[in-house]
Amino acid sequence: MLLIRCPYCEAERPEVEFAYAGEAHIARPADPSVLSDDEWRDFLFIRTNPRGRHFERWRHMHGCGRFFNAVRDTVTDKFSMTYKAGAPRPSDEEIALASSAADSAASVKDARP
Amino acid sequence: MSNFRIAGKGRVNRSRQLRFTFDGVDYNGFEGDTLASALLANGVHLVGRSFKYHRPRGILTAGSEEPNALVGSNRGNGRFEPNTRATVLEVFEGLKTESQNRWPSLTRDIGAVNDALYMLFSAGFYYKTFMWPKSFWDKVYEPVIRNAAGLGKAPTAPDPDTYASRFAHCDVLVVGGGAAGLAAALEAGRSGASVILCDEQSELGGSLLSEPSAEINGQLAWDWLEDTNAALAAMPNVTVLPRTTAIGYYHQNFVGLCQRLTDHLRIVPDGAPRERMWKVRAKQVVLAQGAIEKPLVFAGNDRPGVMLAGAARTYLNRYGVKVGNRVVAVTSHDSAWHAAFDLAKAGVEVAAIVDVRGTVPTQLVAAADALRIRTLIGWTVTGTKGRLRVSSVRVNPVGAGGKVGGAETIACDALLMSGGWTPSIHLFSHTQGSLTWNEDGQMFLPGRGKEECRLAGAGKGRFSLKAAFEDGAAAGAAAAADAGSGAGFGAEPASYHVEGELSFTGVTGRELPTDLDPGHAKAFVDFQNDVMAKDIRLAVREGFKSIEHIKRYTTNGMATDQGKTSNINGLAVASDALKRPIPAVGLTTFRPPYTPTSFGTFAGYNKGALFEVTRKTPIDGWAEENGAVFEPVSLWRRAWYFPQVGEDMHAAVARECKAVRSSLGIFDASTLGKIEIVGPDAAEFMNRMYTNAWTKLAPGRCRYGLLLGEDGFIRDDGVIGRLAQDRFHVTTTTGGAARVLGMMEDYIQTEWPDLKVWLTSTTEQWSVIALQGPNARKLIEPFVEGIDLSEGAFPHMAVATGKICGVPTRLFRVSFTGELGFEINVPARYGRAVWEKLFEAGQRFGITPYGTETMHVLRAEKGYIIVGQDTDGTLTPDDAGLSWAVGKTKPDFVGKRSLSRPDMLAANRKQLVGLLTSDPKTVLEEGAQIVLDPNQPVPMDMVGHVTSSYWSAELGRSIAFAVIQGGRSLQGKTVHVPMPDKVHSATIAGMVFVDPENKRLSA
Ligand SMILES: [Zn+2]
Repeated sequence: MLLIRCPYCEAERPEVEFAYAGEAHIARPADPSVLSDDEWRDFLFIRTNPRGRHFERWRHMHGCGRFFNAVRDTVTDKFSMTYKAGAPRPSDEEIALASSAADSAASVKDARP
Repeated sequence: MSNFRIAGKGRVNRSRQLRFTFDGVDYNGFEGDTLASALLANGVHLVGRSFKYHRPRGILTAGSEEPNALVGSNRGNGRFEPNTRATVLEVFEGLKTESQNRWPSLTRDIGAVNDALYMLFSAGFYYKTFMWPKSFWDKVYEPVIRNAAGLGKAPTAPDPDTYASRFAHCDVLVVGGGAAGLAAALEAGRSGASVILCDEQSELGGSLLSEPSAEINGQLAWDWLEDTNAALAAMPNVTVLPRTTAIGYYHQNFVGLCQRLTDHLRIVPDGAPRERMWKVRAKQVVLAQGAIEKPLVFAGNDRPGVMLAGAARTYLNRYGVKVGNRVVAVTSHDSAWHAAFDLAKAGVEVAAIVDVRGTVPTQLVAAADALRIRTLIGWTVTGTKGRLRVSSVRVNPVGAGGKVGGAETIACDALLMSGGWTPSIHLFSHTQGSLTWNEDGQMFLPGRGKEECRLAGAGKGRFSLKAAFEDGAAAGAAAAADAGSGAGFGAEPASYHVEGELSFTGVTGRELPTDLDPGHAKAFVDFQNDVMAKDIRLAVREGFKSIEHIKRYTTNGMATDQGKTSNINGLAVASDALKRPIPAVGLTTFRPPYTPTSFGTFAGYNKGALFEVTRKTPIDGWAEENGAVFEPVSLWRRAWYFPQVGEDMHAAVARECKAVRSSLGIFDASTLGKIEIVGPDAAEFMNRMYTNAWTKLAPGRCRYGLLLGEDGFIRDDGVIGRLAQDRFHVTTTTGGAARVLGMMEDYIQTEWPDLKVWLTSTTEQWSVIALQGPNARKLIEPFVEGIDLSEGAFPHMAVATGKICGVPTRLFRVSFTGELGFEINVPARYGRAVWEKLFEAGQRFGITPYGTETMHVLRAEKGYIIVGQDTDGTLTPDDAGLSWAVGKTKPDFVGKRSLSRPDMLAANRKQLVGLLTSDPKTVLEEGAQIVLDPNQPVPMDMVGHVTSSYWSAELGRSIAFAVIQGGRSLQGKTVHVPMPDKVHSATIAGMVFVDPENKRLSA
């Protein structure tokens, strides 16, 4: 079970408190009526589905109830960082910084170096 | 009865003799025995038949990795478990056990004919043999295979046991209580860290339990063990969990432990759970799981009496049991030599040690000579004999260039084998930790990890005792330091001095060389799934190159033991056949659980009444006292109907319907989802969410609201009252409440954060009493204060706040029945009192409580849909005949853009229509398919299905709704509904069957 940091509660909580909510940074068009059928289709259904870094939405369902965004690796499931809804997509540098803090101790340890 | 106990050996309690049965025969054992050790002590090796070929099988190992010795265990009082490993089952007085997969008896088994037919069952036999003719599968192959192949019988009675679960947090979790794990726990414990130490066996010690003559820091192993147990017990920060298997290692150091609490007890204390699932979140983990010995692959290596050398040594040293009277050891590793030496010293005749290696350490040969044991260095084993127990072994010298010389036969009643040891890296592998191939040791070792985790001892390929102790101590100390505990302990980890260390060299690869046709050699790799070396070679010849594919094609490693003894051997054979090095062939992924785990442990407390919550309304108790039959609706239990004496459901519902239409019915609608929407932008928010227009809805009025997904399909509906300019009382379907609130929150939080509007779930704040029928107003008028109930002041679809029976109410003039009706919302705590008051006063109108079934019938008679029953997530408002509820002039609402996509405008979309059967007595099955031409060839063209279907007492006939392609344009046309008894015909009609002019709403 993953531990997920809620950026509103500013605390790590177990995965069972959260609900996944799809890919992040897909804003609803301000005026859908001006979109072509293909553009609307893309908004509705087309997702990146990457192997690796994924920007995605979660909701602290059984906590504060807030939706927020996360950067997670779909291969390792590891969260690099979470951030508030509405915040811009973090840069590579920000993600690297956040994940190195989380990663620093996570290599296998030889007890007798 | 033969006795294979050796006086003065072992840890079993000789003063506590126990009786148990195996296949109905009484045997004696001692406290501390496993079923395997106790059977071996009685000279019993044959304990089961193999899965596919029904070959006689014995006990291969002395641990949880056992692939062969699976038995049914009966612990009394309905406590039966199939496939229990005899090597971990602790014997107690009165235990009953039985062999599996044999008929009529273990020694005479009809299914053994499969062994002669083995060519049929070669690699991929599932795919090849049973493909055709197609009709044979259900009638012939499948039942025969089910009968002939298989493991134990599943129990037929419900599991009488309870299971517990708990969460735990600790600084350091140590998995494995052998030399490395004990040293780690000691070190972490002394630092002050909170420590959990778990071990799957009944007592701590691991290999030390089989190693009594080793000396640790000047103490004999078992004395050291006793002191260590005491030291750990004395540390309040250390929790020791024996009989506890770490079954899975998940993200962020979350480890599942299965603790077995009562399986070893003769009498289970009342209420004691059988097992407990620990869900441990550890800051640091130390894996000290040890290593598992590999079998050698040669013809006849599966015969009862052939077992791993290390296991034989454990049975001797730990249980005081000799596995035979005349043994032969065959090996490519030193460890079998030590087993043979221990047996010889205990007085067992060791006929020979056969070592397939060209050279072995000289001190081993010298020791063998001193014990007068014949040694055959550079020899191979090419076969065994003995129907139900090994009686001889066929051995051959291997000359220069690998040429196998003439055979010699050596009589024996037990054959020990060792192909080296495989570090248990399963849990590490669960974490997606990488593995590296160690060519010298022919083993995978842990590489880069993904978790806060260390490995120690044999589990990481450090096999000597001293290395295991020191590795464990260092890991424990470092783990405690990294966990941030251990205020100032900081000392160097303890060092260990070990005397009596055993040599530990040797490896094996592919199957042993033979002078016989290897194509006919029954040389087993996977004992539990009956996979032979030649099966793997066949798979390679047939083009399989990836170990993942070879595994699935041959089923190697796919049994309940997950290939603990077979994966590496299978890989070695595949690698040899493919002429590619092992790392290039790959290793299949280990998956949790580490060992088979009962469903009960996973279920824990979540069974029976606790499986999921049952939500009850404040009026539920009244319904129960008044004889309601209940039905589940999402998590709620709702009164379904209220049968009177002698009534079945049909009669009760007909009576309830009649009462509502003719006078007065009362219905508990409290489960309706309710959301309070408040704020200056509340109307704007409603406009954006719902299809309808809300701006002009006056306070004090209600409107039917329709909610779509962004894809344009109906998600929910409900009556929505506007209580004030900035306040809406939204109702949702019973099952949709949480989903609708979540969807609204999503839009408010992430799409329109600028809107000033707040949402609150009020479902459980209100009790809702629906009063429906021509006498509804007459009943409530005397009880209502502050609301003018006259038709002009309070018409259909009005809402007002006031008082009823002296308590505050939000009174809705609404109807889901087509009759004059009210839905009385009162604070939940008053629900039952108001209900009882109205019920009492309603007696003069013959007030009739009704349930959800009557509610369904009445609404269907009026053409009102139920979202989720008449819609299925693919219906648009137009499909459902609800275009009138769509505010077409609104610039936007959720789902609006999708309604003009080409697919949504197609003429042949399925549309909701009414359906009247030609025979008015026929009530169609909900879900029944609809065709236009009943005489067309199958498969027929199905144009829709029935969504709702009832008997209407009001009309004296059946009514139904259906979705049918282009249904509205087919009004009056006949369609056909094939049902099990016959094909019924029906006419497409409108959806309103009763009072289409809505006169009754305002009666
Ligand atoms: Zn939160």
